[in-house]
Amino acid sequence: MMRFKIAFRNILRNGRRSLMTGSAIAVGAMAIILFGEFVGFIVVGVQTGTVRNSGHLTVFHSGYMDFGSGNPSAYSIGDYQKVIRLIENDPELKAKINVVTPTASLFGIAGNFTIDTSKTFFAKGLVPMDRQRMGVWDEYRLGHDDSRSALAFSDKNPNHGVIGIGLARVLGLCKPLHIAHCPSPPEAKQAKPVEAPPLDLNLAELSARDRDGAPAGPEETAPRIDLLAATAEGAPNVVSFFVDEAQSQGFKDLDDNYVGMNLVLAQQLLYGRGEHKAVGIEIQLQRSEDLTAARARLETLFRDQGLDLEVRDFTELQPQYLQLVGFLGAIFSFIAIIMGVIVLFTIVNTMTMAVMERTNEIGTARAMGVRRGGIRDQFLLEGWMLGTIGATFGVILASLIAVSFNHLGVTYTPPGNVHPVPLQLLTHGVRGLLVSVWGGLMLTATIASVIPANRAARLRVVEALRHV
Amino acid sequence: MSDSDKPRQRDTAVVRLENVVKTYRGGEIAVSAVNGISLTIRRQRFTMIVGPSGSGKTTLLNLIGCIDVPDTGRIEVCGDDTGTLSDTEITDFRARNVAFVFQNFNLFPVLTAYENVEYPLLLIGMPEAERRARVNSLLEAVGLGAQARHRPNQLSGGQKQRVAIARALVKHPELVLADEPTANLDSRTGEQIIDLMHRMQHDEKVSFVFSSHDPQLMSRAEDTFVIRDGRLVEQLEGARS
Repeated sequence: MMRFKIAFRNILRNGRRSLMTGSAIAVGAMAIILFGEFVGFIVVGVQTGTVRNSGHLTVFHSGYMDFGSGNPSAYSIGDYQKVIRLIENDPELKAKINVVTPTASLFGIAGNFTIDTSKTFFAKGLVPMDRQRMGVWDEYRLGHDDSRSALAFSDKNPNHGVIGIGLARVLGLCKPLHIAHCPSPPEAKQAKPVEAPPLDLNLAELSARDRDGAPAGPEETAPRIDLLAATAEGAPNVVSFFVDEAQSQGFKDLDDNYVGMNLVLAQQLLYGRGEHKAVGIEIQLQRSEDLTAARARLETLFRDQGLDLEVRDFTELQPQYLQLVGFLGAIFSFIAIIMGVIVLFTIVNTMTMAVMERTNEIGTARAMGVRRGGIRDQFLLEGWMLGTIGATFGVILASLIAVSFNHLGVTYTPPGNVHPVPLQLLTHGVRGLLVSVWGGLMLTATIASVIPANRAARLRVVEALRHV
Repeated sequence: MSDSDKPRQRDTAVVRLENVVKTYRGGEIAVSAVNGISLTIRRQRFTMIVGPSGSGKTTLLNLIGCIDVPDTGRIEVCGDDTGTLSDTEITDFRARNVAFVFQNFNLFPVLTAYENVEYPLLLIGMPEAERRARVNSLLEAVGLGAQARHRPNQLSGGQKQRVAIARALVKHPELVLADEPTANLDSRTGEQIIDLMHRMQHDEKVSFVFSSHDPQLMSRAEDTFVIRDGRLVEQLEGARS
């Protein structure tokens, strides 16, 4: 108790110096915590976007990732509804799962034959209602959702959907879709179709046939394009597609090629009159921390049922996620190390000065019967106490700053995003970060005191007493 | 039972020095601070070491107080040969048996008068109730009961030295060493401090050794050792006995 009393009073004794040292520690703690919370927000933001878009886990037919794009029929999941029921009804998985939804993806040619223009496209077939539920997933309470984009097409109109702005521009849909800053293709630069060899397939005829076969619905006001793709068996197939909205996809390549359509339409295009399969089954979990357990359970389930399926998580399907996490983690570590070194040298300097100033007191204590270890412990305690006080203030101030900042309503547009999202500092689930920074700086301060404390302990009594 | 725990009355000598030599070396210059001194300090006596400045008084007290080691010679304090003890043993030995009163008081500035006096008792692990009684008793004895909560910077020089005396005597040591305890005090306060030390030495029945360069204080001591240039030149015993 006396040792604590002496340590605390000595800290107060050199108030200005202790204030500066404590401030340096507090600033270090704040810098690490605030940057950590910023990095944390970016990471969970990207994770949230990815999970909303494609779920945590995706079930594929075995080998799809390697060879599926070359032979979608062979690597699609037949009777996928049965697989979905199997997953949804599994007692272990039931509580962990938020959404299980089938998807299909395909490539083809999109044509606006009213102006004789066409463009290759990449399409993803989705279940709109499922997408709407996936779009509001918000485990980290970020407070915004992507459900609006999913609502651009619905289950009621299976031949409606969205396309990328770039694709809309190439297909001459800027005006009908009311896209701002979207020039129409110049007349002179349009390709002359006359020299091309005649195709075996009459696209216009196919398109008309498809239209004739389509169920009669309300009068369409949305612009129509035709989508041509090869079926799983290799036969050409075409469907009419009504574009409800052109959406920016964040990346130019995706913008120029993307078609978001109803799963039913994608299946019709991909499988024609054959069995409608799914290319993948996306699974969104309630909580990301269940990912490993859910994946293991799915693999066990499929093995037990003799299903030739494989499970991939979103980090495998979106490798840039882990690259981003690694990159931000490296920057965070770099800043944390720099702050740690600054704190280390600040404490070393402060404690060295304290030892110098109190050399006579050290000699007195030693003469009275304090062992070398007692002297060392006294200065270690002071360093620890300085570190604790500084780190505690740092943690408190950083938390206050984070809460205040989050109330400012700052927004930003993250890479790959289209719309601005709130820029916040992560304040939920950061207890580990706060405790680590607090404990780390406390430990750093204590370690920094070792050299001065040992120097104090090694002082010869007579020389220390002689010191003025 | 260690040597230090032996009954006090068994040996009349509290300190024995045999041909002790201590030389300080600063570069190529060697200064002989204590040059072959042999002496015996009697138990429970008010002993003075007197000599001019630079005569080796402080070095001699440091050697007796086990905070410095001789180059050669043998030092026995409270029956223990201090040359055979390790650093930790000698530190613990000091905590139990030896106390100091310094010329500059050397109170801990962050502690109150009470806490300064209490400090040596914490080192020997005395229970709190006993500690409190002992500290209060000593502070009353040196006339500072009312200033117990004062920090050293709130005390005068004389009061600080009274606290230092109380701190030295609180653990009831075998030996109290006071190095020029009146040097930083005016003559009247110095007189009062010498009186206090003598009274406390008598009341507490401890062996009290103090140094001074003032020959006028010789009349106050029971035993006196006069040293000059690191040598013992005169020994007066039983002056006030």
